[in-house]
Amino acid sequence: MKVVVCVKQVPDTKGGVKFKPDGTLDRAAMMAIMNPDDKAGLEAALRLKDQYGAEVTVVTMGLPRAEDILLEALAMGADKGILVTDRVLGGADTWATSQTLAGALRNLEYDLIITGRQAIDGDTAQVGPQISEHLNIPVISYAQNLKIEGDSVIVERQFDDRYHVLKAKMPCLITALSELNEPRYMTPGGIFDACKAEITTWGRADLKDVKDSDLGGAGSPTQIAKASDKVRKGVGEKVTLDPGEAVDYIVGKLKERHVV
Amino acid sequence: MSASLEEYKGVYVFAQQVDNVLNSIAFELIGKGRDLAEALGTEVTAVLVGSNVKNLADELAEYGADKVIVVDDPELKEYRTEPYAHALASVINKYKPDIFLVGATAIGRDLGPRVSARVHTGLTADCTQLEIGDFPMEPKPGIEQKHNQLLMTRPAFGGNTIATIACPDFRPQMATVRPGVMQKKEKKAGVKANVEEFNPGFTPDNKYVEILEVVKAVSDTVDIMDAKILVSGGRGMGNAENFKMLDDLAEVLGATVSCSRAVVDAGWKPKDLQVGQTGKTVRPNVYFAIGISGAIQHLAGMEESDLIVAINKDETAPIFDVADYGIVGDLNKIIPALTEKLRAELAEKQ
Repeated sequence: MKVVVCVKQVPDTKGGVKFKPDGTLDRAAMMAIMNPDDKAGLEAALRLKDQYGAEVTVVTMGLPRAEDILLEALAMGADKGILVTDRVLGGADTWATSQTLAGALRNLEYDLIITGRQAIDGDTAQVGPQISEHLNIPVISYAQNLKIEGDSVIVERQFDDRYHVLKAKMPCLITALSELNEPRYMTPGGIFDACKAEITTWGRADLKDVKDSDLGGAGSPTQIAKASDKVRKGVGEKVTLDPGEAVDYIVGKLKERHVV
Repeated sequence: MSASLEEYKGVYVFAQQVDNVLNSIAFELIGKGRDLAEALGTEVTAVLVGSNVKNLADELAEYGADKVIVVDDPELKEYRTEPYAHALASVINKYKPDIFLVGATAIGRDLGPRVSARVHTGLTADCTQLEIGDFPMEPKPGIEQKHNQLLMTRPAFGGNTIATIACPDFRPQMATVRPGVMQKKEKKAGVKANVEEFNPGFTPDNKYVEILEVVKAVSDTVDIMDAKILVSGGRGMGNAENFKMLDDLAEVLGATVSCSRAVVDAGWKPKDLQVGQTGKTVRPNVYFAIGISGAIQHLAGMEESDLIVAINKDETAPIFDVADYGIVGDLNKIIPALTEKLRAELAEKQ
């Protein structure tokens, strides 16, 4: 069984978000990590490796430094890492990103493709389902549980007030929620092996059956009209009061605003 | 693309239903769709997809849909990505809408990307604001400025930045829209829908998944997105038992209790009561933030509330940056006293 996991390197928001003077995100000043939902997807793949001996390949599209998260994935137990990087791929929206990854995936054999539900920098949750469309395979998004049965995968798929237990014939694409599992840590042996491992790097020429007009900023249907730091609403009143005074203050305001 | 952009006309919205009950997002999208259609001098069409759902069409008309396209087929009984994607992509190919809006629900966020990829257009996720304008917004030398474009605004990076996106060269201009943000129009009872039925044919293939089981969560709580007043507790509540204070206050006010992510993570309250980026977006008339520090992800889910009252012992808590009335103080003393005072006031009135 062959499993391919798509991962993305994202800035870590835990240490706080930093901005450049022009108001755009200062990615260089923030730690770069493997996107949490993607890491849950990788963990799910590694469990299939533990259970069924699946071969796990990890693919990322990004800048050359995104190699770091591939090494991390190898240290966790993945078998192969592929970095897709090329200047012509820059500025891609979700359409062009999914086209790029689909072009890379067409070179690989897979029974299952796993992506994270969404990346914490864009929050779009689009790339996984879009890849499945380009590859003409079924998608099950929001997976909260997953098992293999013969040539099919059985997944619990979360909705608002319910979940569906779904069965899809492989090959199939699944998007993972970080609730899916608790990702394992890298092992010392894994780190040692990862240092020796070779990351395969692919550029534009290695992408299969993709048109230039579907790649990078030029191939992106959506374009940014304006980006800005969020404008918050104005600060209201702030008072420091004893409990008794505080109660009178709140009740007074609620009456003023006709709440009571 | 084969057709020219000018052939694409009208504002279309996906009218999401589950178990033959329309989701509130359908009416919200029609409401926003009306504003956009007015700016463009066009109409709003709701696309209703399911099995035996035609009877829901009038309700869509009552909320302002000029026309309802019904795609009705037994394959569409429970939501599945493929037949629903086929339904919407077929509607788009046949009717050529200028704008197509989908709710950013668990269903819409699965369906939208698959449809946009199939018809080759852009999709902007989780929009909180939509308007008609020019792209580029300011004239730029050497670039044709296009008019009457859909400008789609969305938060990114956990609500830290906002971006306005356009899709100038592809149609339809597609967006998923965050539930609870757009306003429905007033319901006009008795309006009958102008219905058009359309069935593109559904032939199961490898992309159809099989539903083995549907498990519904049992919940007797009010959906926090529908509440007029929310009494919301955070980590500062200290423990699960202290939420009893909020239950009492909520009872007096006719309010519903909600919470922050920290509370769900601690196991004090279930996930469906969580407000924020990874929970629900709410805009009640009044939002009480009690013992909530106001992480940016929380603010993203509640700052559109009409009136925000915050109580926190930490005067530097970011919740005070969005509160209309902020009280620095001890919630353990203030809340019970407030409940008593309100109870007395209301008893007096009766």
